[in-house]
Amino acid sequence: MNNSEWPLWEVFIRSKQGLDHKHVGSLHAADAAMAVQNARDVYTRRLEGVSIWVVESKHIHASNPDEAAEFFDPAADKVYRHPTFYDVPDSIKHM
Amino acid sequence: MAATQSEIPTAPAAAPAANPLFPLVLQLADTSLILAHRLSEWCGHGPVLEQDLALANIALDLLGEARSYYQYAAELEGQGRTEDDLAYLRSAVEYRNPLLVEQPNGDFAHTIVRQFLFDNFHYHLLKELQSGPDARLAAIAEKSVKEAAYHLKWSSEWLIRLGDGTPESRQHLDKAIATLWRFAGELTTPTALETNLQELGLLPEYAALLPAMQAHAAHVLAEATVPLPAAPFAQQGGKSGRHSEHLGYLLAELQYLQRTYPGLTW
Amino acid sequence: METLAPTPEEQFQARIDADIRIEPKDWMPEAYRKTLIRQISQHAHSELVGMLPEGNWITRAPSLKRKSILLAKVQDEAGHGLYLYSAAETLGTSREQMLADLHSGKAKYSSIFNYPTLSWADMGCVGWLVDGAAILNQVPLCRTSYGPYARAMVRVCKEESFHQRQGFEIMQTLCEGAPAQKEMAQEALNRWWWPTLMMFGPKDSESPNTEQSMKWRIKRFTNDELRQKFVDMMVPQAEFLGLTVPDEKVKWNEERQAYDFGEVNWEEFWAVVKGNGLCNHERLQARVQAHEEGAWVREAALAHAGKRKARETVAA
Repeated sequence: MNNSEWPLWEVFIRSKQGLDHKHVGSLHAADAAMAVQNARDVYTRRLEGVSIWVVESKHIHASNPDEAAEFFDPAADKVYRHPTFYDVPDSIKHM
Repeated sequence: MAATQSEIPTAPAAAPAANPLFPLVLQLADTSLILAHRLSEWCGHGPVLEQDLALANIALDLLGEARSYYQYAAELEGQGRTEDDLAYLRSAVEYRNPLLVEQPNGDFAHTIVRQFLFDNFHYHLLKELQSGPDARLAAIAEKSVKEAAYHLKWSSEWLIRLGDGTPESRQHLDKAIATLWRFAGELTTPTALETNLQELGLLPEYAALLPAMQAHAAHVLAEATVPLPAAPFAQQGGKSGRHSEHLGYLLAELQYLQRTYPGLTW
Repeated sequence: METLAPTPEEQFQARIDADIRIEPKDWMPEAYRKTLIRQISQHAHSELVGMLPEGNWITRAPSLKRKSILLAKVQDEAGHGLYLYSAAETLGTSREQMLADLHSGKAKYSSIFNYPTLSWADMGCVGWLVDGAAILNQVPLCRTSYGPYARAMVRVCKEESFHQRQGFEIMQTLCEGAPAQKEMAQEALNRWWWPTLMMFGPKDSESPNTEQSMKWRIKRFTNDELRQKFVDMMVPQAEFLGLTVPDEKVKWNEERQAYDFGEVNWEEFWAVVKGNGLCNHERLQARVQAHEEGAWVREAALAHAGKRKARETVAA
């Protein structure tokens, strides 16, 4: 196998002003400038975006699925963080 | 554009067939169509999937631009011909595209050099046309100039990559430059028709485009570490209907169905 | 007997049964990973090779409008191939490896693309029938168990929806046109009907992987179910066009509320799968050639990126 394969990049697109960039997929490119252009050519052919981020896939650090329980379950019992936890009399408005 | 408003014909509808814009708009249409056709030949055969998509995007932009011109040309002519009549039922000697755009794709370096030479002219021409006196042409140019700016960026960057890439890519690029640079001169050498339109103020003076074009080419070639090619003998003829042999084959393919089954709707 | 803790396999199957998507870094059985890589890359290869039979009509499209549509459609297929290769890459393979497998003949792609496109009506049939069949396969995959595959398929299906319509519109225009055009349409249907039925794969009784794939929810209907659905969908459409499906056995079955239809020529099916279709050789050759002739281009871009980075480092 030859080694001419371009690095893999993750693509994030803002679909319109005011929204977050969202992960849409990945592609190959030789450098960052090309990655942005390839993303434009591949992922915005139908007016899907107004802004593009790319990051080389190897630079993404992810949480470990095996640790999902210790990472995320502790948030489950903190119901008091949510507004619905609190009873407010019906007569009180604007809260 | 160096036109004085008083020189501009204001009522083209009065004498449609005589409108001097008609042959110009047709020439612009032919040019974009033929290049789009060439680029579309890459579809499915590009060097990498991402660039297959990029090439098709450029072809689609040019095809869209060509259709706008053909539709306008058909209206200017006022003889009831459609965009498809103009594209599919004219012979090679009637086509008015410059020689450069009909040249075969060759390898990727040939395609890039052809594209770069065209984009560098096309972008600078559209930039002027969008503020020209003819509202319809200006509107088409205003839409297309954004596309052309992207095309120029794309072909410039690829020219740099191939020039300053590997010894092998440099060899391919040098060969492509040797083959295609001689077709660049025709783009900016006005024909009698173009000179006439320039005098009428309907077309920018090509001499006025040259400084910006040359500056961009010099910058890109320097980045590519490629010495500025000595100005070769500039081949001329396409814009007057005297084409290379390649156009006949291209049109035979392009027009095959319309010619085989005349007058049908597809 | 003491209750045993569930094995990773059991936990995995429980998640699938609960319709919880599997994501790239999650634990998965090796067979699931392998099956997915095979299925997704095969699908990606089909998009890539599928560009060729339609691509060769882009330069001959009969109007500027049709030319734009066809070019955009074939370009979409490049995009779909790209989305799918990306999805497969999350499973630990590389595009380079998948392409090497395609080029060596180890990996398969849809046999339908080994049939030649001989007339403009073939562009209609490929869009109407072939894409129609593909959509039946693909829509259920939007809910497939592997997250990146499902997401890629959502994007594919969204873009694919215009493909079938443009194919049908080509057929309709031909059928409402001159007699020569209608003939062209019927002739194309005659050639494409049976190969399209073959796209759903061998009969369920001869499709050993189906059961496991259904269990893993990387396949959601059997081959025969989809084939029946397709016939039921297409026969009325052909009638609407005034075309005749080339199968004398096609007949509405009141009891089954479905169309009966004849037996696919399985000998031909296996021959094409094994590489003996008219175009197997040239399709693969075209892909290999594009890849090999593109090697110096890809290398140049990498080399240039490297040089630029080195210069920036020196400058910094």
